[in-house]
Amino acid sequence: MKLRLIFRIARSLLLARWKQTLLAAIGVTFGITMFIALLSFMAGLNDLLDGIMLNRTAHIRIFNEIKPNIHQPINTSAEFKDSYNFIRSVKSGSSRQEIYNSGAIMHALRKDERVAGIAPKITAPVFFADGSVDITGIISGIDVQAESSLFHFSDYVMAGNPLDINNIPNSIILGKGLAEKLMAGIGDVIQITTVQQEQFPLKVVGLYESGIQELDKVQSYASFSTTQKVIGKPNDYVTDIQVKLKDISKAPAIAKEYAQLFQTDAEDIQTANAQFETGSFIRTLISYSVGITLLIVAGFGIYNILNMMIYEKMDSIAILKAIGFSGADVNHIFLVIALSIGIVGGLLGILFGFLFSLVIDQIPFVTASLPTVRTYPINYNPVFYFIGSAFSIVTTYLAGWAPARKASKIDPVIIIRGK
Amino acid sequence: MDEKIVLQANKICKSFHDPVDVQILKDITFSIKKGEFVSITGKSGCGKSTLLYILSTMDTDYEGELLLDQEVMRGRNEKQLARIRNEKIGFVFQFHYLLNEFTAVENVMLPGLKLGAFPEKEVREHAMEHLNKLNIGKLAEKKANQLSGGEKQRVAIARALINNPDIIMCDEPTGNLDKANSLIVFDIFKKLTEESHQTLLVVTHDLEFAKNTQRIIEMDDGRIIKQ
Repeated sequence: MKLRLIFRIARSLLLARWKQTLLAAIGVTFGITMFIALLSFMAGLNDLLDGIMLNRTAHIRIFNEIKPNIHQPINTSAEFKDSYNFIRSVKSGSSRQEIYNSGAIMHALRKDERVAGIAPKITAPVFFADGSVDITGIISGIDVQAESSLFHFSDYVMAGNPLDINNIPNSIILGKGLAEKLMAGIGDVIQITTVQQEQFPLKVVGLYESGIQELDKVQSYASFSTTQKVIGKPNDYVTDIQVKLKDISKAPAIAKEYAQLFQTDAEDIQTANAQFETGSFIRTLISYSVGITLLIVAGFGIYNILNMMIYEKMDSIAILKAIGFSGADVNHIFLVIALSIGIVGGLLGILFGFLFSLVIDQIPFVTASLPTVRTYPINYNPVFYFIGSAFSIVTTYLAGWAPARKASKIDPVIIIRGK
Repeated sequence: MDEKIVLQANKICKSFHDPVDVQILKDITFSIKKGEFVSITGKSGCGKSTLLYILSTMDTDYEGELLLDQEVMRGRNEKQLARIRNEKIGFVFQFHYLLNEFTAVENVMLPGLKLGAFPEKEVREHAMEHLNKLNIGKLAEKKANQLSGGEKQRVAIARALINNPDIIMCDEPTGNLDKANSLIVFDIFKKLTEESHQTLLVVTHDLEFAKNTQRIIEMDDGRIIKQ
């Protein structure tokens, strides 16, 4: 009953000055709209930028680094056990790029619950023959299906069908920059030379564009069997195993575990790409600070309007007090006024923020480096909407707090006597 | 029954300290019995309004003792005093002080809704009864700022009556009204005391008005000089 009465009085005061009320609510609406649109857009851009790298990067890469053996004979000899041995010019002669026992490792990885999927890979350095000039490049032997489902490989194949490298023998997908240098198109046959000086003809079945130009100038893809044939290795030859985890944040710990377990090298994505996280963090920080500034400005708008309303309604406040409303009641009335402005403005802001995001999502955004992106990216994360609505209520509450307190402290005697 | 004391003031003193100490009220002692129609008169600046604000519990900065309905008012917090004003005191001011955002009947209902002793429907019925009794029932749904001065004052009286208060306090109720409306208001007060034994305390400098009340308390320079 009492609460209903307070709401009723608050509503009447609000409606009596509906233009001001509207203005205050528009302030909040604008703040929340911009907050949500800005954060959705910035988060979308962030995801996009991270995606350029992170989508195609394994969470953990298992490989064999070519390096000198750390277990040198002199160190194991009992005679020199207590001395400090200097060995110079150790060669990594017996070291191989191949992952030992790759079949068993892959079997173990597929059984691991934390792993979302794995994609084995062979990296083979080759020369592409362009007339009399050789262009250095890399052929990656890949499992197209695994690569597409885990690392969006097929999204970046801009011409041709990626599955053709499995279906057509001795075929290759060239990086866009590389294809331009070789002046090769789909259906052309190009000559490559391996490090072992063997010549090999390959048919171009697709073109690949990663968005990173330097990479597109050297990178090409072929099937496992084609790559193994080119470099003359048996069909269990694998140089890299790319692991995608269910939870990317666990990568460093799991990488350490695998390195120990499989006696090989394992690199996690956080170590390999530390700068990306910093970039994302800074961008998020900037968008949050701008968004919150907007809301604070809207809060000051509410503060001003409530203050003005209190000066205008001095008489009404005095009379309410004279007829038996306590200071707390008056305080509640003005807090209800502030919060209704906040809630209505906030809800409208969420709606308009969503609509604005939809509009941004429709604006064309075509760039050569991002072949799959057609419009500006938007991240429809409900967290932004939650923060926006929570913040609108908190800001308006704080904006209403001081004026409401002032109203509750008004001495009716001074007002009535002052007439 | 008529002997019941509604309001009692014992040696009430008040001083203003700004800019210099000035004693406004000096040892005010009197009491009002139920059903009395009392007026306080005196020259402008003699402290009669100040006294009324103290008696109405709105001003708590005084010395001495105030009893309403035989209960001491000192030492109560702001919320308790608001409750007492709501329940036991009705107000009529010189400037009508209706809430312009509400209709006449809603203005009358407000203290009743605040008290919450009856459901809203009954409060509305009571409000309409009072308005009809004051011959302004047909104005019930008009907004407060569409009423004339006399009409507003009658709405304010209806509002003062809604919670059946022990006492109605009026501060120059006719001060802002023309002769005809003043007479109407006076007749209403008279009828209230005679028919419903309503206790009334009116502060006025209108001697003609005061003369017609049952009892006159005359003040000068912060003292009661005659009662």
